Amino acid sequence: MTAEVWTWIIVLLTFALYLGIGYWARVRETTGFYVAGRGVPPVANGAATAADWMSGASFISMAGLISFLGFDGAVYLMGWTGGYVLLALLLAPYLRKYGKFTVPEFVGDRYYSNVARVVAVISALFVSFVYVVPQLRGVGIVLSRYLGVDVATGVWAAVLVTAFIAVIGGMKGITWTQVAQYTVLIIAYLITGIALANLLTGNPIPQLAFTFSDFAVRLSQLQVELGLNEYVKPFQSLSQLNVFLITLTLMVGTAGLPHVIIRFYTVPKASDARWSAGWALLFIALLYTTAPAVAVFSKYNLLNTLANKPVEEVQQIDWVQKWSKTGLLKLEDKNGDGIYQITASRDTNEITIDRDIIVLSTPEVAKLSPIVVGLVAAGGLAAALSTAAGLLIVMASAISHDLYTRIINPQASETTKLTIARVVILLVTVLAAPFGINPPAFIAQLVAFAFGLAASTFFPAILLGIFDRRMNTQGAVAGMLVGLIFTATYIVGTNYLGWPRFVFGISPEGIGTVGMLLNFLVAYLVSRATPPPPAEIQKLVDEIRVPKGAGQAAEH
Amino acid sequence: MSGLEAYWKENLNLIRNLLIIWALVGYVLGILLAEPLNAIRLFGGPPLGFWIAQQGSIYVFVILIFYYAYRMAALDRKYGFED
Repeated sequence: MTAEVWTWIIVLLTFALYLGIGYWARVRETTGFYVAGRGVPPVANGAATAADWMSGASFISMAGLISFLGFDGAVYLMGWTGGYVLLALLLAPYLRKYGKFTVPEFVGDRYYSNVARVVAVISALFVSFVYVVPQLRGVGIVLSRYLGVDVATGVWAAVLVTAFIAVIGGMKGITWTQVAQYTVLIIAYLITGIALANLLTGNPIPQLAFTFSDFAVRLSQLQVELGLNEYVKPFQSLSQLNVFLITLTLMVGTAGLPHVIIRFYTVPKASDARWSAGWALLFIALLYTTAPAVAVFSKYNLLNTLANKPVEEVQQIDWVQKWSKTGLLKLEDKNGDGIYQITASRDTNEITIDRDIIVLSTPEVAKLSPIVVGLVAAGGLAAALSTAAGLLIVMASAISHDLYTRIINPQASETTKLTIARVVILLVTVLAAPFGINPPAFIAQLVAFAFGLAASTFFPAILLGIFDRRMNTQGAVAGMLVGLIFTATYIVGTNYLGWPRFVFGISPEGIGTVGMLLNFLVAYLVSRATPPPPAEIQKLVDEIRVPKGAGQAAEH
Repeated sequence: MSGLEAYWKENLNLIRNLLIIWALVGYVLGILLAEPLNAIRLFGGPPLGFWIAQQGSIYVFVILIFYYAYRMAALDRKYGFED
């Protein structure tokens, strides 16, 4: 059977599995809908968090991104894993102990203010919406590339599957489909990583092959010979200051992203939230430590197969023909010498490799069975669908729970609350679909924007809410607003209005760290100049500091 | 409240120590000292600075969280705060 037939079979089977789990996990009460009844075991929650967190881009584009950045790709590797240390030590167990449904709810209650609640709702909606659009688009692209359906059909397929699961199963349906999606995506990623490592080094474990072989150095030397950057040398694409600040922004942003935080509400106990964060990072690390190995091996293999080779020889390779057709691989003998040269200059370079090829072409390059091609497609879909579902529930709960139930109609019945939440999910997916089909060009920058905003608004507000008993409404709201306005202005100004990078040349991706520091500073000064929070709030802070009692909260 | 204060203090000390390791590995070894560390190659593999930034630091992050969960479970028991 051909790769395309296998892909159809595997994709349809996995979609049926997700829908089946979604139906099995259907819920009838709000605790099930918002926090999966708080009954998810820590290991399962770790797998669900890993799928929730690893987006379509992590699966499809990250290894490619690293292979083009070389050392500086570390901003993504360390930035997107190191944030879990902050999450586990500073936020997760306390938020679980607090034991409500959403992130804006914690902010609103802790700061006894609907202004703070609304600021948090708006931030949560913004961050989640810009993040869900590329996920839907990712599904469309994977389906169109492997199965030949058009991107719009693919996006609507994604909308139907995720909306079905989220509407009938809420957080419970999402959780258990995410566990299945993690399994699919990690198997797909590891199979390709293992095959590639085995092909080049004879060592089947990608992490060990990366550590104990000299391929990174060989790739580095090959790139220097070709006139490209020195792969293992730091700070070639980004300055040291920017590597530092982008890594920190991505870490703090990760810890502050609402769709990641709410996953820790679903475990039975506060102590489970700590273990669960460990499992989540372990499951994420399986992919994130394979990615740099895939980056080195496939880049070496690609360059070694294509660069300075005769045109006829290269044109006869199967996967070269196939990927040339997609436009992701462009070969052009510009100087007509019968040999493909790769150079750093756009005018003379004859080999253009789209970074998405690094992962997507691996099964064919490593001559794996056509089943694996189908599995990689299913893995990319699982990564995008699971993240989309996690973001949908954040948006639905921010509107239905925080805006409607907490502010507009606190007396709403259980049935009304659930109906509103379900309608909101449908509305949000239908609204997001056109953006997935025709994404605005700036969507990639918006994702970086989302991290900057999460870092400069949510993270300080939640952290201070737990660790500073004296923090009050005035301080938190002033801090969030200053963080938000400063970060947003800098990103918009430097990206779109042609402003120079006026803060020490910091790139817009790394400015969230500065916004966060400003938030902390302003929050501290304003809170100390205004009255302390009421006694019952200080008592609440004492209560969330100890795990005891979280089990009882689960019963309600 | 004295139990809570002692518990919280021990917790804060543990968090501080682990975050120092987190910053030391990720930011000092992985970024600030990456260039000098790249002069060292372990086991004939990639240069050390590059390896820490792209691989080693992630292993350390995983260990830090499990160690924290383990130590906090003991601390919860010591003060009778387990849930």
